[in-house]
Amino acid sequence: MAKKSYRQAINEAIAQEMRRDEDVVVWGEDNAGGAGGDGEADAWGGVLGVTKGLQPEFGDERVLDTPISESAFIGAAAGAAATGLRPVVELMFADFMGVCFDQIYNQAAKFRYMFGGKAVTPMVIRTMYGAGFRAASQHSQALYPLFTHIPGLKVIVPSSPYEAKGLMIQAIRDDDPCIFFEHKVMYDDEEEVPDDPYTIPFGEANVTREGDDATIVAFGRMVQMADQAADILEKEGISCTVVDPRTTSPLDEDTIIECVEDTGHLVIVDEAYPRCSMASDVSGLISQNAFKALRGPIQMVTPPHTPVPFAPELEDLYIPSPEKIVAAVKASRA
Amino acid sequence: MTTEIVPIIMPKWGLAMLEGTLTTWMVEEGVDLTNGDEIAEIESTKIANVFESPVTGTLRRFVAAEGETLPVGALLAVSAPASVPDADIDAFIADFQENFVPPEADDEGGPEPVMVEVGDHRISVLQAGEGDADPILLIHGFGADKNGWMFNHTVLAEDRAVYAMDLPGHGASSKTVGSGDIQEMAEIVTGLIKALELTSVHLVGHSLGGAVAIAAAGDVPIKSLSVIAPGGLGVEINGEFLQGFIDAKRGKHLKPHLEKLVHDKSLISRDMMDDIQKFKRIDGVPAALQTFVDVNFEGGQQKADLKEKLAAISAPVAVIWGEGDEIIPSSHADGLPANVSVTIIKEAGHIPQMEKASEVNDIISANVKGA
Repeated sequence: MAKKSYRQAINEAIAQEMRRDEDVVVWGEDNAGGAGGDGEADAWGGVLGVTKGLQPEFGDERVLDTPISESAFIGAAAGAAATGLRPVVELMFADFMGVCFDQIYNQAAKFRYMFGGKAVTPMVIRTMYGAGFRAASQHSQALYPLFTHIPGLKVIVPSSPYEAKGLMIQAIRDDDPCIFFEHKVMYDDEEEVPDDPYTIPFGEANVTREGDDATIVAFGRMVQMADQAADILEKEGISCTVVDPRTTSPLDEDTIIECVEDTGHLVIVDEAYPRCSMASDVSGLISQNAFKALRGPIQMVTPPHTPVPFAPELEDLYIPSPEKIVAAVKASRA
Repeated sequence: MTTEIVPIIMPKWGLAMLEGTLTTWMVEEGVDLTNGDEIAEIESTKIANVFESPVTGTLRRFVAAEGETLPVGALLAVSAPASVPDADIDAFIADFQENFVPPEADDEGGPEPVMVEVGDHRISVLQAGEGDADPILLIHGFGADKNGWMFNHTVLAEDRAVYAMDLPGHGASSKTVGSGDIQEMAEIVTGLIKALELTSVHLVGHSLGGAVAIAAAGDVPIKSLSVIAPGGLGVEINGEFLQGFIDAKRGKHLKPHLEKLVHDKSLISRDMMDDIQKFKRIDGVPAALQTFVDVNFEGGQQKADLKEKLAAISAPVAVIWGEGDEIIPSSHADGLPANVSVTIIKEAGHIPQMEKASEVNDIISANVKGA
């Protein structure tokens, strides 16, 4: 087994599914060529190179460049999915999803329901999210709660290269529209990733460690922050359970509830804006279902309710950190 | 009388191990050790296990403290005869520490597995050691892989090549298993032996791999056969374990099944469970495992009867069984043909090659060298 980056893991997942199933197609801005001229093939592979290498192997019929017209190519993907293909489309930054919201939440998300189960929409929208890339307010948001809000969408927030490959293959094989959130700061993270194709089921949380004193639920890139916080707390004699739900929709409510019942304290780490977030959602879940198990207040570690700042010092302060998580665990136990 | 000072170092269990945590010293400073005495509990990210003394002598000094995490090869303790002055031991430790270089994560010095084509199958094989003596081939059991020999592979390879293979459907080998029948697996093993151009070989097999080894032993020239808790020597097998192993969706559900493998339940680590769950997520693996169970062990009963095959083997045969085996009862070792030497290991379950590694290694070595 070789070490692979988050970027390589996603690329390998798509390539293996394209080899297995000829209905799998890829399109997006600069996905096939994109160096700015005719005849330039495989120059970029998307803005950060995730689809590089697919065009030479699978050709122009299956790997397409699109114009900068998100509403058109996302709508085309929804239609293609409803009529038999399995498109994996790249919408560069999640921040741009607003221009094609109708296609996503009113069309793709509703087909199965409104056609009485007779239509399926097996599409994957890959998109970059997250702060820490010095890309300012319009390219740094963690917008997965917006999509979690919509019934009919599946929302995936992979926290590592291993997770990314298994969840991507699962998403491509899934018959519902999936929004796949890739954290742009994590593309060069590396870990052991099997060469064989494998799948990780949706709605099945990964408990990365088990402790007795507090449960930390964290999403996407925040899982590594939570693990670092748990390492710090361990040295101080506080042992934590860390839960990575992997998907926000479906959400593995049972595992979160069980873990909180075992530890009596809950800290949620969410890179999204704090209002109507996964942090507030999980907080509501536990308040309703495991209130009696709580021995301290639920703590949410999120950015403040502001746009992502451009000043590097402010951006660093904005993102949840292991230190903030440590403080939150202690506050719940105080 | 020897005046030698001998270092006791952090062992390397498996190729991936870079460091270990000394959780408990099980002996006191000053105790007289015999090679194989249990002296400490050590935890790697893969497994927790008892560390057995690699030396015979007096344990003069603990260097590592309980709870310390240290790289492979780091000094844990020092053994020396009582006549050696403390100052010499201090000097030895200082010298060792000054020259010690911990292994690096990216150090690709270790052997890499190779892929061998056998018929339609691609079989992953890892070689350790080399030498003129006849090589050994290790065949793992159901749901395991070549890394399950982490406590045996390099030890047995001191004077010869030792190959560990992944059966079809397991490890890095291809995930198609054909009929999944033990005889067909045996043919793949003999095919592999031919592909590796091994003219004669010692076979070592565990559980399902033990049955495969017995079945293969009649078809290729072997020098000796050592089988650990093999299938094929009786009817009973723990069907609940086999199905539970396949069906468990989460580590939490897998744990009670894995605990049936061992006498000391604390050996089952979180990473071991994670690794098995990762293995089962690979395309084709659940189907492959289910085929093995349905074809060979349907309803918790073993289909293959290999007693006659065992009796017909002219090479030396050793059968090793953990007394408390909860998967295949050790009573299957009763009444075996006269050509078989049987050892029942106390305080061990279904995987004595991990739980009582040095005892098992000694039996295999003796069987191999007596051959």
